[in-house]
Amino acid sequence: MSATTPHPHIDVKEFHPRAHEALHNPQIRQNFRKAMDGLMSKRKAAFEGWDLETLRELGANVRLRALANLPDLLEQLEQKLTENGIKVHWALDGDEACRIVRDICVAREAKSVIKGKSMVSEEMELNHFLEGEGIEALESDLGEYIVQLANETPSHIIMPAIHKNTGEISELMHEKTGTDLSHDVEYLTAAARQQLREKFMNADVGVSGVNFAVAETGTLCLVENEGNGRMTTTVPPCHIAVTGIEKVVPNLADVSALLALLTRSATGQHITTYFNMISSPRKADELDGPEEVHLVLVDNGRSVIYQDDELLDTLRCIRCGACMNHCPVYTRVGGHTYGTTYPGPIGKILMPHLIGLDEGRHLPSASSLCGACGEVCPVKIPIPDLLVRLRRESVDGDKLHPAKVRGHGAKRTPLEAAIWKFWSWMHSRPGIYRTGTRFASRFRKLQPARAGAWTDFRTAPKLAGKTLHQQLRERGK
Amino acid sequence: MSARDIILQRLRNRTGGDLVAPASDFSVLERPDWSTEERIERFEKIIESVHGEVHRCTRDNWIDHVAEVLSARKARNLLIPSQHQIGQDLRAHAERDDLPNLLIYDEPIESWQPALFNDVDAGITSTRGGIAETGSLILWPTADEPRLMSLVPPIHIAVLEASQIYTTLYEALDAQNWKAGMPTNALLISGPSKTADIEQTLAYGVHGPKELIVLIIE
Repeated sequence: MSATTPHPHIDVKEFHPRAHEALHNPQIRQNFRKAMDGLMSKRKAAFEGWDLETLRELGANVRLRALANLPDLLEQLEQKLTENGIKVHWALDGDEACRIVRDICVAREAKSVIKGKSMVSEEMELNHFLEGEGIEALESDLGEYIVQLANETPSHIIMPAIHKNTGEISELMHEKTGTDLSHDVEYLTAAARQQLREKFMNADVGVSGVNFAVAETGTLCLVENEGNGRMTTTVPPCHIAVTGIEKVVPNLADVSALLALLTRSATGQHITTYFNMISSPRKADELDGPEEVHLVLVDNGRSVIYQDDELLDTLRCIRCGACMNHCPVYTRVGGHTYGTTYPGPIGKILMPHLIGLDEGRHLPSASSLCGACGEVCPVKIPIPDLLVRLRRESVDGDKLHPAKVRGHGAKRTPLEAAIWKFWSWMHSRPGIYRTGTRFASRFRKLQPARAGAWTDFRTAPKLAGKTLHQQLRERGK
Repeated sequence: MSARDIILQRLRNRTGGDLVAPASDFSVLERPDWSTEERIERFEKIIESVHGEVHRCTRDNWIDHVAEVLSARKARNLLIPSQHQIGQDLRAHAERDDLPNLLIYDEPIESWQPALFNDVDAGITSTRGGIAETGSLILWPTADEPRLMSLVPPIHIAVLEASQIYTTLYEALDAQNWKAGMPTNALLISGPSKTADIEQTLAYGVHGPKELIVLIIE
């Protein structure tokens, strides 16, 4: 079996052609529609009997309290973990984090790494990096495993292979691993179990993400259903956890609040099968578990977001994916269209920080601003407000608002800027305004019938025969 | 300057306004004050909804349930703790025909990993309690009951004392004072291993146990 690492060079700027393609692909639309409809109703059912608004309020407070004390909490976490025997590393960006992981592997003469699901490692493009260093990196979450076999990236942060149906997965596994062609999900799952068990036993290092890091006890929490996360963090002799610096929370009680929101928002489960809390490497009298545990704290742009009072809300995210499940745009175009590590609404506000508005100029506009994402967010991130702000910054030429996000004004076009300048000039001069509107009404037959893509599915509005001022004057008589 | 110092300095010298968080009110997490019977019923209902199996037993007959469960599944062997009362009780009945071979996890995993992964059919562990609201078992693996006992064998049997079923995780954390010191690894287990990664179709036993059997001792 090959373990080729996905590293498709997707140009983020090409959002529109990819969206167009996805909209004309009935398979993609059907796969996403079916999955997202199911997830929406499951989420709704899971919160029945709960005071959801108060719970969301608590979730938002817990995250804000953690962020308000972030530097102190990170130091407390480091101290507690160190006391517990876990080695802590800090990385300014993804490349530095990759090098830290590599150095640990090299020190252990590791040849193979087994990975649990981790979005930060996707951000770091860790698999690609390790492969370049001659270290095999294999995904063990079934969805991630499928996506890796297909040489793709995840299309959803919780369900990486949601864009594929059973038939497609069956063919992929048949081709790459030699399983029989079958639509029996039990059979396919059992085959993957067998293939991966060998890998768990032989891997030199296990790499995982972290859902919450608890400062008071020095505990790394992992949420999962499959057990691959437990295998990854228990079977290999060395475990490396990677996490963004924002995942720290002060207390275990905070975790109980966030966990109640996370799994219900994500998949409509009261809780996942496994909630795994790791506080130390194997102790002298213990018979299993890794001899070494490391935590890599990754900044990668987060401390920059942290400087801005509004953008900071992005760091509250607990990566549940509810915003994508409810987004009318995501549901129709799917996760790969965005071309970014994090797709959907959260990706549209998070990625511009990480890659700049010049690269990600289309992301804040890829929304209907219907507000569904903000309404379902378990920690009340005002996603629509942030989208509007980033849209403004992407076309703002006057630099009135000093921008924290790179690429300020990247979407500004001279023609559009000139039109608005003319518009404002005309509207502040009553004589010219009256003459102008009268002139436009008189020659309305010359108005073009089409207005770019806007009129593909709409009728172009027609100017009235008489201006509003004329009509009012006539009625006033 | 190290990456650590740069990151901490940036966070400390924040350019925005002061960050003040409102006090957190956790009362929303408190569920109704269920009786023991209500907690058992809720636990049972939720864990069965995710494919867990519950047997209500007594201190005198739980071994009969173990024997019944394992002979129905034709299990060849059962991994038991060596020190815990559960293991001692089972060993006292080792001669029973309806119990499979009893195995003990008393060596470091490195010396018998392939056997654990390929030849062990079932494992039995104690628990530190349960959580009614989410149908979860609390496990703190120890040297006597290592972590892989509840993960690698296809059948996991967990013994739960009815008196130790809490309403919520929030309540359990507090009642057992977890913040005073966490073990190497603590777990909440809420059903057998499962996945829905293939077209949202549920399949059990993807990496961990295919079956989770809970014996509630009343």
